[in-house]
Amino acid sequence: MVSVNKRITEELRAEAGRLLESGEIAAFLGYCRGSLPYAPRPFVARTAKDAERLIWNSFCVINLANYIPGLLQELDSEHGAGDEISGPKVGVVATGCWSRNIVIQIQEQRFTRERVLIIGVSSRGMVDRKRLHSAVDGMEITGIEEEDHIITLMAGGEGIEVPRWNLIRDNCRTCTRPDPVFFDEMIGEPQGERSIAEPFSQVEEIESLTPDERWEWFQQEISSCIRCYACRNACPLCYCSTCFVDDSRPQWVGKSLNATDTALFHILRAFHCAGRCTDCGTCESVCPMGIKMRLLTKKLQKDLLELYDFEPGLDLETPLPLSTYRQDDPDLDIVSEPAEQDGVRPSRKGG
Amino acid sequence: MRDRSQEGWEPKIVAFLCRWCSYAGADLAGVSRYQYPPSIRIVRVPCSGRVNAQLILDAFKAGADGVWVSGCHPGDCHYISGNLYARRRFVLLKRFLEFVGLEPDRLHFSWISASEGEGFAEKATEVTEKVRALGPCKRLHKEFDSNQENIW
Repeated sequence: MVSVNKRITEELRAEAGRLLESGEIAAFLGYCRGSLPYAPRPFVARTAKDAERLIWNSFCVINLANYIPGLLQELDSEHGAGDEISGPKVGVVATGCWSRNIVIQIQEQRFTRERVLIIGVSSRGMVDRKRLHSAVDGMEITGIEEEDHIITLMAGGEGIEVPRWNLIRDNCRTCTRPDPVFFDEMIGEPQGERSIAEPFSQVEEIESLTPDERWEWFQQEISSCIRCYACRNACPLCYCSTCFVDDSRPQWVGKSLNATDTALFHILRAFHCAGRCTDCGTCESVCPMGIKMRLLTKKLQKDLLELYDFEPGLDLETPLPLSTYRQDDPDLDIVSEPAEQDGVRPSRKGG
Repeated sequence: MRDRSQEGWEPKIVAFLCRWCSYAGADLAGVSRYQYPPSIRIVRVPCSGRVNAQLILDAFKAGADGVWVSGCHPGDCHYISGNLYARRRFVLLKRFLEFVGLEPDRLHFSWISASEGEGFAEKATEVTEKVRALGPCKRLHKEFDSNQENIW
């Protein structure tokens, strides 16, 4: 029997080929084989022949939404400047979190809805590379055979069978929306919303610690950071033309490897994604040091859900939580002035 | 060079005050001769909505032991809604900084109007005492070479 991902690969090739052939799209953004068996690479197909190289498997960890604006820009310069609506289109394959990410980018006017054609694929979860390497005790992986529930890793001259779910990333394990929420066409079967008993259990575990223990955890977690900024570069949400880490006057974050600067970088990076992050896990997947920085954005996601009942990227209409307000928003941590605590409402500005 | 651990230590608190309400509240506190601790360093901002995470963290990085942001009461913003945007941002930021281990009493937010001089003095005292109880802030403070003159 052909596995789900193989079937998706076939259909993806056929559909991308058809769209490119008909001229409906000028380019298709997907994945092709990379130089390592467990690292397929993002790939732009421009002809139906290119589309034959597309693949889909459990190792497509990088959020393709990151490449859409750049690709559109490239197409504009090739095809002559179209306008924001009728210019050449990009087709892109998108899972649940990627499609929501595309919604955020459209909301933030990175590109228009008209210029993307989204082919939705229900995600079965992507593999955590660190788990993959520890499954073969760090031996070199020379080949991978993937079935629906078993992944066979070729290492040290033999095939090692591993249950697929054991290798899946944390964010995919707690994902409630594996199906694309925003798409033009759908390939493969949807899985429906998954109910996760405790989607924020990792965050809650840390919340239950004392401030000292939490600081200890945070320092421990980021101590290995080499500030390569891979997490920032891979994130579709980090697109400021000058990032705060590159500012020099004022210099928000120092350039040297200093514990405080590293802490500030991680705090601000996460905070800038507040209300926008769809938990695609790309930041964590690309980190060469294995830092679990996704927990930071997960915490923000949890608070936004609790306080403002907000989940990012579900539709184009709901405004982003930090770019809007309600009169009756909770005043939780904002301390009332002392006089009010005595039951006396002080007079307002201007008496 | 300030000494961060010895006796006689006084907390240093950076207060971002909105130009229309809390800054005027501070002014009224002074004019009315209400006493409050001299630990507050005021930075006047156009609106509490101007204050972002970078500004707050930069104060801690430069050696503030506490940060206090104060603006107009909800509904009283000179720019109609600046403090309402700020409210969401602050609530989220405070919870987030506590999540990574900043002590809850390091960071304070309040709404103080131009007519609340006494309220300003009381809040300034409260913030100072809470920060004093925690001692010098080591977390998020970037230590410089001891030969280097600190900007504080």
